[in-house]
Parts: sequence; C-alpha cells; structure tokens
Amino acid sequence: MTSIIKVQDLRKTYDDVVAVDGISFEVAEGEIFGMVGPNGAGKTTTIECIEGLRNADSGQMSIFDLDPQHDRSRIAERIGIQLQQSALPARIRVSEALVLFASFYQRQADPQELLKRLGLTEKRSSAYAKLSGGQKQRLFIALALINSPEVVFLDELTTGLDPQARRAMWDLVRDIREQGRTVFLTTHYMEEAERLCDRVAILDHGRIVALDTPEALIRSLGVESRLVFTLPNGSDDLSLQDLPQVSRVETSGDRVVVYGSKEGLASAVLNALEDAGIDFQDLRTEQPNLEDVFLALTGREMRE
Amino acid sequence: MRGLIRLTITNLKLYIREPVSVFFTLAFAPLLVVLFGAMYGNDPSPLFGGYGSMDISMPAYTALILGSVGILGIPIQVGSLREQGVLRRYRTTPMNPLTYITADVITNLIMTLLGMILLVLVGWLLYSVQFEGQVLKVIGALILGGLSMFSFGYLIAGLAPGARAAQVIGMVIFYPMMFLSGAGIPLEIMPETVRKISDFLPLTYVVKLLRGLWFGGSWGEHLLEVAVLVGVLVLCGALTARFFRWE
Ligand SMILES: Nc1ncnc2c1ncn2[C@@H]1O[C@H](COP(=O)(O)OP(=O)(O)OP(=O)(O)O)[C@@H](O)[C@H]1O
Ligand SMILES: [Mg+2]
Repeated sequence: MTSIIKVQDLRKTYDDVVAVDGISFEVAEGEIFGMVGPNGAGKTTTIECIEGLRNADSGQMSIFDLDPQHDRSRIAERIGIQLQQSALPARIRVSEALVLFASFYQRQADPQELLKRLGLTEKRSSAYAKLSGGQKQRLFIALALINSPEVVFLDELTTGLDPQARRAMWDLVRDIREQGRTVFLTTHYMEEAERLCDRVAILDHGRIVALDTPEALIRSLGVESRLVFTLPNGSDDLSLQDLPQVSRVETSGDRVVVYGSKEGLASAVLNALEDAGIDFQDLRTEQPNLEDVFLALTGREMRE
Repeated sequence: MRGLIRLTITNLKLYIREPVSVFFTLAFAPLLVVLFGAMYGNDPSPLFGGYGSMDISMPAYTALILGSVGILGIPIQVGSLREQGVLRRYRTTPMNPLTYITADVITNLIMTLLGMILLVLVGWLLYSVQFEGQVLKVIGALILGGLSMFSFGYLIAGLAPGARAAQVIGMVIFYPMMFLSGAGIPLEIMPETVRKISDFLPLTYVVKLLRGLWFGGSWGEHLLEVAVLVGVLVLCGALTARFFRWE
C-alpha cells in the first residue's frame, strides 16, 4: 500500500510546552486512520502541522509527496479540513457558506447533495449563529467535503453530535473510504475509533505509545473476557473458580464478575450455574475493548 | 477570480445584515445633514468661498464615511473575525490571502460609494446642494481616499491584540481626527491651532482632495493630497503585509 502522508520525527513546542515530541508514522492511501489520546496529548498540533497550518520545529512531513509549508495552496486544493476550533461569520446562511467555500476550489462537490447527506437541508437558510452546536459541526464537516478531497482531516468529528448524527457520520466516513479516499480523524470516543478506523495511533504526552489495528491493539493487551451477572438470592458456594476457563472471580454484594479466556467462558459458567441450580440475572459478557487499551496505556489520571 | 467575486458578494450581504455598520456607513452622514442643515442652513457664505454650509459638507461627510469605515469599521470587523476563528477557517482553503483582502476592500468601497450616493441624495433633496466636478474624478478620489483609510484600518487590525483592543484604538484615533480634519466640522470655523494640527492628519487630505474635485478642481491642483494619501497607503500596506495575522 502506498503512503499518502509521511511524518518523520515531528517535533513542536510552544514556549515551554512540548506538544509533539518526535513522532513518526505513515497513513496509507484509502485507509481510515485514527488518532486518540488524552486532552493535550498533541493530536491537534500534529494534524495541523500536516495540514500546513502550524510550523513544525523539526522533522520531515509530506502529503502527496508535497511539503505542507512550501506547497500549501496546492495541497489545500486536494484536502478537506474540519478544524477542532473555528467559526463562520455569524450572519452567513448555511447554503451561502457552502457556495462560498465551493468557489475557492477548482473541484467541487454538489452542495445540495452534501446538505442532504448531513441532514442540513431544512437549515439551508438559517444563519450560522442560529445553528445548534451539532448543526454547526455538521456544517463544518460538509465544508470539509466541498471539494471532494482526496484526503479528509476530521479533528474530533463527532464531538457534540447526537447518537443518530454520530452513526450517520460513521456511514459517511466509511463511504469516503469506499470511494478510495483517505480519512485522518481524531476522536475521544474509543467505540468510534474501534468501529471506524482501520488503524489507530494512541498518543500521550506528544509521543505515539501504540499504533496498530484496533483488533491487534486489543489482543496485545492480553485482557481477559468478563462475564457479569447478579445473584438475587445470594450464594456463598459458587465454586466457579475451579472451572478451567475461569481465572478469577470477583464478588461485591450480589454482583459477580468472572474473568477468563475468551473462548468457552460463557458456556462453561452458564452450565455450572444451571447444574448447581443457582438463580442468576442480568448476565452479560464484556469483551476487552479499545477503551481498556487506552486506559492501560495512558493511565487513569486526568490531564491538565 | 470566482472566489473573489463570490466572497465579495457574500461580504456585501453580510455587511447589509449588520445594523451597526449599516448605520455608520449609510445613515450617519445623512443624519448629520438633517441635523446640521437644520442648525446652519445652506445659505452661501463668504467664509466657505461662496458655497453654503451643506454644499461643502457633501465632500467632507464623504471623507467622514471613508474614515469611519476604515478606522472604526475595518479593525472591528477583521479583529472579531480573527478572534472567532473565521479567518482561520478561510486559511485552510486554497484562497490567496490577497484575494481575501481585495474582496474586503471592494466590499467596503462599494458600501462607502453607496453611503456617498445616499448622502448626496439627501443633501440634494433637502438643500439642492451644488456639485461642480466630474463624477469619475470624484469616484477616483473616493477610491484613493478609501484605500489609504482602509490600509490604516488593516494595520490597526494587524497590530491590535484582540477585537476589543482594535475597537478602542480605532475610536481613539478616529474621533479626534473626525473633529480636527475638517471631515466633521469645516476647518474654516476652527481656530488656527486646529488647522495646524489638521496638517498632520491623513483624513484632512481626503477632505481636501474630495472637496477640491467636488467643486471642479483638477488632479494637478492636488498633488500634495495625492502624494500624502499614496504615501499612507504604501506605508500602511507594507506594514500590514508584515504584521497581519490570521489567528
Ligand atoms: N497555540 C498554542 N499555544 C500554546 N500552547 C498550545 C497551543 N496549542 C496547543 N498548545 C499546547 O500544546 C499541547 C498539545 O495541544 P493539542 O491541542 O495538540 O492537544 P490535543 O491532543 O488536540 O488535545 P484535545 O484532546 O484537548 O483537543 C497542550 O499542552 C496545549 O496546551
Ligand atoms: Mg485537539
């Protein structure tokens, strides 16, 4: 696979803050590449250095084999950008904004089609300032797609979106990939990164602490599957511990969590409970997910 | 080119939707005509070279509009668009920064031209004000005066840390200049010291150039004014190129 974005030893400091501390990675053409990390990890700084909006202190970067600083306008023609923070003039209307931004590019997507796709058709004549937070967000995603870009950068694409809109954005992003285009996104929703991204980089303190497919990241953590249920009548004598699939059992009150291997844990525990005639409720399995990986690698401490 | 035209059209629409800028550009000067016209009338006066008070107010108030758009309007406009992150969003597109400024300048020129037309219309309806110049020459003077005042405004926007500061700096520069340059009050009725000060204010030269051409003067008679305004434009333009910030 060819790499469309290449980053080598990127470093960026603001006064005394090291925002990005020498990171290297590549994004392949046609993939959905995700970047996750705690607040202040350096995601926005990284993405905006690649976009040519910020100057890196050192390191090499290229997109389409062009230099982000030197060839900014040529690159700008071929990429779409949704910034984490930006705004439009308060009184511009939705459809005016789309037509205006379309006029800056040689290649243009159909504004009506985009409005429809982002559920903004009814809001086409509303002023920007009168839109809700999620509607503004969707408008910015539409603007990022107005030139049918080859690479789309989405910095926190679903922040502020309701569950319906979030799922619609996932479909949209997958469609972009179907068309052979590349997506580089950041998110704070691990479920989103896990479901949507082909590969995910986990960033912490300006460094990449892990980069792989979501499945591989989860596997590498070696976290066990969990089986959770409650015992309404209580029971002291569970003896689930003796099952070969079970590694450990935690009980607190009437709630029981059984840890063990992914294969066969549920059926083994279920059979044992049935055989012993124990009443149980609310049984569910929990698979390790990207959030477990994220917390394991970046800790549980909140960032400044 | 398409971007320039589209941005200019959009800017004009946005301008018209903004009540404060519409007031200062289109309504303020005609209101002055109604107010000062009621106080002083428009009888010919030897003090004003045989013209009436309202006759000479037409070019003066036109300069006033140019000054207020350039020095009050542009710094607030640019400062707040920058503060909100609108300029940032424009910067992600292939649009050249020069295209952005050009569209902005054209928008402001069109709005001041509209302001002048409205002003003259009110002056003509109420006081049959005189016009003895050539329309094209006056529009030329409006453009030159506008470019120099606007470049001053962009420079303020570039140097001021935020929108609020830009607004205060604009006011501190504009209001004294309005009274001391002959744009708000004719210099003829001002004491000698004020006239001395006025020589140092760029807006004075906009007033003199417009007034000269308004009453049939030629460009050749106003080389000093032209030189000063071109000088202001070049200086502020160069400094703006150096200090302008998109975020
Ligand atoms: N313009 C700036 N000036 C000074 N410091 C900055 C600037 N932008 C970012 N920083 C600092 O650089 C670090 C990285 O910020 P960045 O915005 O890249 O993080 P992020 O991963 O995008 O965070 P978030 O998830 O909160 O968006 C932070 O410590 C931040 O305070
Ligand atoms: Mg960020």
